[in-house]
Amino acid sequence: MLSIKGLKVKLEDEDKQILKGVDLEIEAGKVHAIMGPNGSGKSTLSYVLSGKDGYEVTGGSATLEGVDLLDMEPEERAAAGLFLAFQYPVEIPGVGNMTFLRTAVNAQRKARGEEEMSAAEFLKVVRARAKELKIDAEMLKRPVNVGFSGGEKKRNEILQMAMLEPKMCILDETDSGLDVDAMKLVAEGVNALRTEGRGFLVITHYQRLLDHIKPDVVHIMADGRIIKTGGPELALEVENNGYADILAEVA
Amino acid sequence: MAEAALKQTPVAAMIATLDQPSGGWSDAARKDALARVQSMGLPQRRDEYWKYTRPDTLIQPEALPAALRVSDEVALFDHIDRLKIVFVDGVFDADASDDLTLEGINIERLADASADIHWARDLYGTLETRGQSPVARPLAALNTAFAPDGILIHVTAKVSKPVNFIYRRTSETADAMLHHCIKLEEGAELTLLENGPVAARFNGVLEVEVADNAAFHHVRAQGRDHEQRAATHIFTRLGTESTFKSFTLTANGVMTRNDCVIELTGDDANATVAGACVGDGSDFHHDDTVFVTHDAVNCESRQVFKKVLRNGATGVFQGKILVKAGAQKTDGYQISQSLLLDEDSQFLAKPELEIYADDVACSHGSTSGAIDEDALFYLRSRGVPHGAATDLLTLAFLAEAVTEVEDETLREEITGRLADWLERHAH
Ligand SMILES: Nc1ncnc2c1ncn2[C@@H]1O[C@H](COP(=O)(O)OP(=O)(O)OP(=O)(O)O)[C@@H](O)[C@H]1O
Ligand SMILES: [Mg+2]
Repeated sequence: MLSIKGLKVKLEDEDKQILKGVDLEIEAGKVHAIMGPNGSGKSTLSYVLSGKDGYEVTGGSATLEGVDLLDMEPEERAAAGLFLAFQYPVEIPGVGNMTFLRTAVNAQRKARGEEEMSAAEFLKVVRARAKELKIDAEMLKRPVNVGFSGGEKKRNEILQMAMLEPKMCILDETDSGLDVDAMKLVAEGVNALRTEGRGFLVITHYQRLLDHIKPDVVHIMADGRIIKTGGPELALEVENNGYADILAEVA
Repeated sequence: MAEAALKQTPVAAMIATLDQPSGGWSDAARKDALARVQSMGLPQRRDEYWKYTRPDTLIQPEALPAALRVSDEVALFDHIDRLKIVFVDGVFDADASDDLTLEGINIERLADASADIHWARDLYGTLETRGQSPVARPLAALNTAFAPDGILIHVTAKVSKPVNFIYRRTSETADAMLHHCIKLEEGAELTLLENGPVAARFNGVLEVEVADNAAFHHVRAQGRDHEQRAATHIFTRLGTESTFKSFTLTANGVMTRNDCVIELTGDDANATVAGACVGDGSDFHHDDTVFVTHDAVNCESRQVFKKVLRNGATGVFQGKILVKAGAQKTDGYQISQSLLLDEDSQFLAKPELEIYADDVACSHGSTSGAIDEDALFYLRSRGVPHGAATDLLTLAFLAEAVTEVEDETLREEITGRLADWLERHAH
């Protein structure tokens, strides 16, 4: 599904290399987790994949179902099925959450040559999905993420994911800022979307989330590279011993 | 030297092209206004009050022509039940207008109001005169002296539907002057809608006297003919517990100067003046100049102006809140913001506060900025294309001004127009 080969990325304005050759293959139906010390390049990877400005790809490739992602505009990547749940969701004053969701859903449908969702159908679906995530009607009416608590913002990201039904979902620290109950809600939201055809890349610092969203594969990223790959037990090792041993191992 | 002495002053040159209407109750006011404008002279580039806006094209004797815009869109406010008063090239058109009778309101054409004693005698030119200090507004005095047409409205009750001044153009060169007077008696309420381009050049004055407990709502859409020029003045005075709310939508027009002069003279009164403006092109120039005087206790005033400027367009805001001694518990708010969609566009702002009372809360802010890149990326990452995402953020930016329109139907109508404009001026 998502295939990343030797991806090298530097900052556009600075002579600073952040990703130094990332290799990653995520198959449809699988959940991969990435852990790694602060500043190792996890968010950068997610931004570069979704097309954020400010980065320059200096080598390697990234494809989604064989299609070159790096060549596309952010909206084209979204329509192609890529979704990023932001580590820091953006507040947009003046744009209602509902308007935003509906515009996004229909823009993607239009880009794929599909029929737009009617207002009535959209309302029905959004209400059902919001209810599952315990997002109340009042929150849907408010401007996007404005005045939302940290946890509400993260749940709102998952709501967007549920509405957009992407093929490849990247979750960047969606667990940070969530209380125990909210974490369960979010995990349920993600698990509900786990299907044969969908891939997940879950960036996290904590084992806790992975208790709820069981990963198939766990990667450790450090200094712009994937330095170790293993099964769910790798996450437990990090939880218990930190990164020191793993870093020493590869050094 | 001799030649220079022979050269006419701009005000004399302008006056030479105009005929002063006479023969009725407004004669005295017109005579006074003529004397005022002659002593003030017309605005000059060096005038502090015209620092950011060149008055040249507004004061030259002949108006520059403006092409007529052909449009097949449904006119604004068309599906709202209202009383229509139509002007063609700045002249009242009785045939195109509705019957001017409506309960609780008396409507007359200025040009026809010939009675020797008329209620408007106490209003015509009165608020304009008050508005001449501390800053001179010569174009308004010129208007009082010479305006050949306009509408006089006396409101004695809550009016059941809005009155709509509809402006149409058929001439590329018409140079129009209109003077409207509205007097709301105690407890009366009126909504005035204005839309359409008046003329190639327009000098407009609207005087509104709002008595105690009365409410005046005003929503104006200045026509979209690109080459038109306009200098408008609104003068209003508010009585106790009265309300004045005015909103202006401006899209295009190479030169627009909108002055709004508000005097809060009764306690607990409430005034709002707001504007949303979208400008495209290096010849676009839009100036909002507001002067609010608090001269009573516990009044609230709001100035909310938002401008979207692109392709070298210029926006200006000059706004002042003057709180006189004794005007305690004043709540004055002023915000002017511009969204610059490229580096060639500019926004010039001069916010001012002058306060002589000690127990007041006044705030003002002025910003100019570009589209929020993080918000733009967030929207695009959800699949919203660049252009649509920019429009969404642009409308969101303008929404804070549009929100000042109380009526939801009108608000939606305005938002729809702005969205259309953005779509038509695609990226
Ligand atoms: N736009 C930028 N400008 C300057 N430095 C940047 C920028 N983007 C990323 N970096 C730097 O690149 C490195 C990787 O950052 P990134 O946010 O990808 O780390 P991360 O692995 O997500 O960390 P965390 O676990 O703290 O979220 C950091 O040193 C960061 O400061
Ligand atoms: Mg990060």
